[in-house]
Amino acid sequence: MSVLVVAELDGGAVAKASLAAITAAGQLGGDVDLLVMGSGVDGSAAGKVAGVRKVLVADAAHLAHPSAEDAAALLVQLAPAYDHLVAASTSFGKNVMPRAAALLDIAQVSDVIEVLGPDRFKRFIYAGNALATVVSTDAKRVLTIRPTAFAPAAAEGGSASVEPVDLPAPSDLSSFVGQEVSQSERPELTSARVVVSGGRGMGSGENFKLLDELADVLGAAVGASRAAVDAGFVPNDFQVGQTGKIVAPDLYVAVGISGAIQHLAGMKDSKVIVAINKDEEAPMFQVADYGLVGDLFKLIPELTQELKRAKSS
Amino acid sequence: MKVLVPVKRVVDYNVKIRVKADRSGVDIANVKMSMNPFDEIACEQAIRLKEAGVATEIIAVSAGEPKAQETLRTALAMGADRAILIESTDELQPLAVAKLLAAIVKKEDPQLVLMGKQAIDDDSNQTGQMLAALLGWPQATFVSRLTVADGQAEAGREVDEGIQTIAVKLPAVLTVDLRLNEPRYASLPNIMKAKKKPLDVVKPADLGVDVAPRLQYVQVEEPSARKAGVKVGSVQELVQKLKTEAGVL
Ligand SMILES: Cc1cc2nc3c(=O)[nH]c(=O)nc-3n(C[C@H](O)[C@H](O)[C@H](O)COP(=O)(O)OP(=O)(O)OC[C@H]3O[C@@H](n4cnc5c(N)ncnc54)[C@H](O)[C@@H]3O)c2cc1C
Ligand SMILES: Nc1ncnc2c1ncn2[C@@H]1O[C@H](COP(=O)(O)O)[C@@H](O)[C@H]1O
Repeated sequence: MSVLVVAELDGGAVAKASLAAITAAGQLGGDVDLLVMGSGVDGSAAGKVAGVRKVLVADAAHLAHPSAEDAAALLVQLAPAYDHLVAASTSFGKNVMPRAAALLDIAQVSDVIEVLGPDRFKRFIYAGNALATVVSTDAKRVLTIRPTAFAPAAAEGGSASVEPVDLPAPSDLSSFVGQEVSQSERPELTSARVVVSGGRGMGSGENFKLLDELADVLGAAVGASRAAVDAGFVPNDFQVGQTGKIVAPDLYVAVGISGAIQHLAGMKDSKVIVAINKDEEAPMFQVADYGLVGDLFKLIPELTQELKRAKSS
Repeated sequence: MKVLVPVKRVVDYNVKIRVKADRSGVDIANVKMSMNPFDEIACEQAIRLKEAGVATEIIAVSAGEPKAQETLRTALAMGADRAILIESTDELQPLAVAKLLAAIVKKEDPQLVLMGKQAIDDDSNQTGQMLAALLGWPQATFVSRLTVADGQAEAGREVDEGIQTIAVKLPAVLTVDLRLNEPRYASLPNIMKAKKKPLDVVKPADLGVDVAPRLQYVQVEEPSARKAGVKVGSVQELVQKLKTEAGVL
């Protein structure tokens, strides 16, 4: 048995979400190979990941921002040698894997949170309100993996062989036009140890500065509810929830967020949750380990000060 | 240009679902059902394309129980021109739905399929990508900005890093994200008018599609609940507890 993991690169290194997918792949049984694709990529970082047998490198100009069409065609070409095709359920994995699965006539299992066996998995349905055990009856399996549910594989310690792959002809059906990337000095939202999120209660994008200051003291990433993104306070890639990003930090601080199930779906596996809300009935308090009732405009600056004090003492 | 809009009937997003005691599934008897919210956004976008003179006809399609007719009537009341129900009481999984939709596409020959990125019941996020694959069409997923002109669609996609813009040649499958638009409510006169719009019913067998599930949902359980927490009286107390009790600072 063998597993092919589509590994995304982040500045040359294997992305943390993909390292988690590699851990999940290891639990399927069998050898784990990685596929990296891009323009000017090499397999050196991927080859060092612990537990990997072989790295396949797809390096071509047209793969600089791989289209779903090209990425799926490549996976279909490589599929005969594998029992499982696996990727993290990032926006890339979600885009590409179902396309490959359909071309192979395989029913994909999305967003796996537990591997019970080579054909048996757990995944959430209904915005995390039910946990299903799913058995795949296909001969091969295509999976996406929820990165927060698996510890990342060690990025060092392996010594896999690295080889280039032959590429199928590029598709001209779609083309990359551009990308607006949110720049931030902060840790990345889905892998941060601490996340501070703001909701509609923040009132404006300007007011998110209060959260920035709090995040600075905590070394945290900043997230948001859908309402805050819809209102234009912060960009789309801040959204945490059922249809946004899934996070599971050691500490999640929800500020002015009511706690709709769609938001909870994205953060309720955080280790410790703090809710700050002026409405003591807010549902967020039902999942929070620590709740603080009051006006965030008073409490957040106080909290920032208190944390600074606690740090220096 | 014809636009096809697949719409799914799902448990309303406001309903707090319950898992059945025997762990066989989710109890959806007598709960409010609605159009999948993402599909409302897709439907709205199709209507806007028609209002802009880009689309000429909007066909709403749903696969599922006879009651999915209600969902199709909602799409018709919003502004779709006609509807097709692929009627089946079997469990329909994304790959099967994609095959059914591919069969409808072959009959209807639309230039654009606009659909939701994700059904909020199974949370699969697969069907659009699978449909595009089966048709050999390009796809643009998670679309929150869209222009359609000159035989192509330019789509802004909500990706993990921000917004990515791609251009896809038509015909294409687009799956829509939350911020593409704000769907309209159907007015009472339009709801009345929708009752007279055509709604055809076909069966999976008529389309030659085997819909047998490939995934078996063998058990559905309640996720482990979080332990009830405490309210703290002050910022000082919070920081104290985070430090000593929770150990996360
Ligand atoms: C299909 C679908 C998908 C969705 N996906 C997501 C998703 O991925 N993520 C997501 O977050 N939501 C999602 N939602 C939206 C979700 O249902 C809620 O509408 C949203 O989470 C509400 O955001 P909020 O808590 O910021 O706003 P609100 O519900 O308006 O809550 C604002 C809170 O701020 C508090 N507040 C106001 N002022 C202050 C103050 N001065 N001090 C302290 N507290 C204050 C209020 O008491 C209130 O509790 C989705 C909805 C749908 C239909
Ligand atoms: N039974 C169905 N009937 C019509 N459209 C569907 C059906 N199931 C899924 N879809 C479409 O596919 C999208 C994604 O669904 P899913 O892949 O299940 O998350 C939905 O938003 C709908 O547009």
